[in-house]
Amino acid sequence: MSDYNFAYLDEQTKRMIRRAILKGLAVPGYQVPFASREMPMPYGWGTGGVQVSAATLTPEDRFKVIDQGADDTTNAVSIRKFFERTAGVEVTEETEAATIIQTRHRIPEAPLSEDQILVYQVPIPEPLRFLEPRETETRKMHSLEEYGLMHVKLYEDISQHGAIATAYAYPVKVEGRYVMDPSPIPKFDNPKLADCPAIQLFGAGREQRIYALPPYSDVVSLDFEDHPFEASKADHPCDLCGARDSYLDEVITDDRGGRMFVCSDTDYCRTRQAQGHLGAQLAAKQEGAA
Amino acid sequence: MTPLLQVRGITKYYGARLGCRDVAFDLYPGEVMGIVGESGSGKSTLLGCLAGQLEPDAGEVLFDTRADGPRDTLAMSEPERRMLSRTDWAFVHQHARDGLRMGVSAGGNVGERLMAVGARHYGDIRSQATDWLGRVEIPDDRIDDRPTAFSGGMQQRLQIARNLVTGPRLVFMDEPTGGLDVSVQARLLDLLRGLVREMGLSAIIVTHDLAVVRLLADRLMVMKDGHVVESGLTDQVLDDPQHGYTQLLVSSVLQV
Repeated sequence: MSDYNFAYLDEQTKRMIRRAILKGLAVPGYQVPFASREMPMPYGWGTGGVQVSAATLTPEDRFKVIDQGADDTTNAVSIRKFFERTAGVEVTEETEAATIIQTRHRIPEAPLSEDQILVYQVPIPEPLRFLEPRETETRKMHSLEEYGLMHVKLYEDISQHGAIATAYAYPVKVEGRYVMDPSPIPKFDNPKLADCPAIQLFGAGREQRIYALPPYSDVVSLDFEDHPFEASKADHPCDLCGARDSYLDEVITDDRGGRMFVCSDTDYCRTRQAQGHLGAQLAAKQEGAA
Repeated sequence: MTPLLQVRGITKYYGARLGCRDVAFDLYPGEVMGIVGESGSGKSTLLGCLAGQLEPDAGEVLFDTRADGPRDTLAMSEPERRMLSRTDWAFVHQHARDGLRMGVSAGGNVGERLMAVGARHYGDIRSQATDWLGRVEIPDDRIDDRPTAFSGGMQQRLQIARNLVTGPRLVFMDEPTGGLDVSVQARLLDLLRGLVREMGLSAIIVTHDLAVVRLLADRLMVMKDGHVVESGLTDQVLDDPQHGYTQLLVSSVLQV
């Protein structure tokens, strides 16, 4: 038994956050302001996601945290330990076994199910922010559905790079109404936002906003008729597990141009390796060892 | 013929101070109305009230909408008014920086209004932007440059292109030639005159430059201390001023 209240935050705060979450679910894609609390970690390290997780956790939950898809990076490990200590919940690294998954910048490769909640950490919730710095104005643009400016950004991309160069935090339109920032997930993950059986919650701690996608929401990535949206990834199979359908990280292995592509989702890669799938570099290494 | 714009009893106070009082006029399609007066005479306040940027304390502004005929724009809901201001209306600011997005390329600036009314085909948007840049004499190869790389006159022409691309019927201009040197002014005026004739635009031009109204405006309103002191055909008012203030204004123009 720890000396903390369950999941660190006091009950009144959790109720306040739950109200914001419910409102967010009722108006998909709408940014609900909430009274974000100080958390024992710096802004930008997932204070929003942590508060949303704290408000949704129950003692029966199994919790998983990923950072850019990985379970074993500093951010993921410390948030997982935080809830292990303050909530005493079970934790896991397996996507299928988890009931709540807090994520930074990725959606897990394994399909999610109806009894799961995916919690995103969001740095800047306002998709129009870099085009229109005034909050009063962006709120008005959302309420009046004036989203022409969002396409101006995509237009600029094409005119400068010949294609829509936005590769992450690619803006989406939710249920034909609100334009939403999906947090800095790669655009490869954008199609997974749509029609997802799990509840998706987005928390921005510094910016004090919560928004949500209820299960099976209609989510469309913005594009032009003659430059349609395209989910992209490195054109390469994973060097450890051979997967061709997963999002890859490029890892520089030496200073002579050596590199490998590996799944950014560590759990997915590990599961595939356990099933006997073998990528090119791992196979070469095993041969060398034998 | 129905007037495009009917203005009735526009009054605006800033607290106890008068902005403008009891201004009324009709503007017919294809007509250009000039509003002149010294600084602080209420010209810009009046323009702001007409364009829906300021809320007057009294009066009505009836605009002949395409769908429903004359409607009071002040009683419209905000979405309707903002829709009007990106389709049928255009507003050319004195400082191009107020009317442009300085961080967005020239093509993006022109395309913004098109995208705001639903254009979603990059190729079409781009060719319309190119066409409009050509009309305001900005070379094609500058389409991807930002307005920060443009001269003052080019910025002003870009602002005009950006405003006229959706084919508005009414253009509000606030000192469109202010701050430009005379040769650039002359070309800009030439361009504006051409566009107004060609597109059959109606326009309301606020300026303190009598030469600008002489060239562009069919009718003229002279304002002083928030009141309209004289109005009539431009040539008539300028050649035979009746009110003391208008006489002063006309005789104050420096002769070269």
